[in-house]
Amino acid sequence: MTVQETSRLAGVVSEGARAEPIVSVRPARKIRRLPVRKDWPLWAIIGTQIGILVAAIALWQIGADHGFIDGFFWSKPSAIFNTLVTFFTEGDAFTDIGFTFRSTIIGFLIGTASGSMLGLSFWWSRNYAAIAQPFIICFESLPKLALAPLVILVFGMGLMSKVAIATALTVVVSTLTTYAGVKAVDPDQERLFYSLGASRMQVFRKLIVPFCLPWIISVLRVNIGLALTGAIVGEFIASQHGLGRQILYAGQTYDIALVWVAVLVLSTLAIVMYVTVSWIESVLRKGVKQ
Amino acid sequence: MFQPAKLRLEDVSMTFKTPGGIFEALAPVTLAIAQGRFISLIGPSGCGKSTLFNVVAGLLEPSGGRVVIDGLDSTGMIGRVGYMLQKDLLLPWRTVLDNVILGMEIQGVPLQAARDRALPLLRRYGLAGFEHLFPSALSGGMRQRAALLRTLMFDTDVILLDEPFGALDAQTKLQMQEWLLQLWSDFGKTVVFVTHDIEEAIYLSDEVNVMATRPGRIVETIPATIARPRPRSVTLTPEFIAIKERCLELLTAAHHSAVDEAA
Repeated sequence: MTVQETSRLAGVVSEGARAEPIVSVRPARKIRRLPVRKDWPLWAIIGTQIGILVAAIALWQIGADHGFIDGFFWSKPSAIFNTLVTFFTEGDAFTDIGFTFRSTIIGFLIGTASGSMLGLSFWWSRNYAAIAQPFIICFESLPKLALAPLVILVFGMGLMSKVAIATALTVVVSTLTTYAGVKAVDPDQERLFYSLGASRMQVFRKLIVPFCLPWIISVLRVNIGLALTGAIVGEFIASQHGLGRQILYAGQTYDIALVWVAVLVLSTLAIVMYVTVSWIESVLRKGVKQ
Repeated sequence: MFQPAKLRLEDVSMTFKTPGGIFEALAPVTLAIAQGRFISLIGPSGCGKSTLFNVVAGLLEPSGGRVVIDGLDSTGMIGRVGYMLQKDLLLPWRTVLDNVILGMEIQGVPLQAARDRALPLLRRYGLAGFEHLFPSALSGGMRQRAALLRTLMFDTDVILLDEPFGALDAQTKLQMQEWLLQLWSDFGKTVVFVTHDIEEAIYLSDEVNVMATRPGRIVETIPATIARPRPRSVTLTPEFIAIKERCLELLTAAHHSAVDEAA
């Protein structure tokens, strides 16, 4: 009985009927060529990108001229271009750009430097790190821009308040990232240093700081964007100069073309700073490796 | 045995408090190692080899007993012995040369002097041409060489090697053993060597200490008095095989008792 059952289960057909050849039982195999991705050459990619941009601007211009797009709310490329020219020739464009640039850079530097140092300082005492951590996390989750009106009251309408907001936005990112670096140090590496008779200061200078440098560097690009955001928001709330104030002012006076101009200049500034910081980052990275 | 020992462990023990009670990582261990000897510790994982090394290196305060080096109580003192951990722990941002001088640098030797001292040694001991490369460019064997030279350049009489060749392939491992023996006879250091590889332990050492778990302890000290220099073929001699069999016997017994206890 059992023998028969097992043989049936195993699919072996009893002697009477011959089993079909195994091959015919197999499902048809799917055989096909390896899919190949085709990469366009660089000029084709860039050409398409420029084409899209030109088409978008042309559509905007034509649409505004023929009334498909409300030129009052959206303005139009030709008007924006004219405003751009006046902005640079007649207005105090460079005062505004300089103001925004200064507050961004100063906030970026203060925030990144103090954040990195704060993060590194957590290595010195686990108790201190444990005590400080909830406060840091609270400050991180806090929407810091919500504090902007308060910051303006405390630091005034000038540069300082913008710097303060930019600093507040960047400092936490640097602190947390650097602290993550500190925590990632291999305890065995530390033990090696101590086995060589190292002091705490030697471990800090020769191991912790160089180990965390890539972490510190990795937030530079994020921080420059955050610092710019902070500076602009500060200018939105109360300021006498800056691209942010320019945008707010233009919006309030329905000068939409000027809004676009200011946004355009602001984006250019952001790109220039981002590229510069990326370049510094790559240089530093190379320096750290060697 | 009455020769003044270079390194002496006197009833060194280690216990940890765990939620389940007191865990005895190391039962009192007593060991005396004479100047210039090469001794090995073998045993199953969890037999307290690493704990013992950390205690000798001063990185861990023992629960009881003393570590005596050159007649001086060195319990809990760091910087008295060279300690090479399983991983090479080379700093990726330093060149091989600057990695090797780390110990001297920490001890306050001026950088240039340290480099001048290390450079000829790097060249003599198989790292010629690699001095100014970064560790990432080195093979596992080369990295291990650099790590070992770093330990040697720290210039202590006693060096502790914790499975230095554990992660290397068999071929490289054999080369490294020869290389280590060369270094040992050139520098006359007192070496304590931990390994999982019985053959490696016997081939390299003057004495093999077999350890067991629960609690971690040394169960037997087997002298490996085979004449040096030892050709590779020594591993096939009856003398060698006898020692190997004894080691295996002890390790299997230790393993069985551990399994019995667990069951």
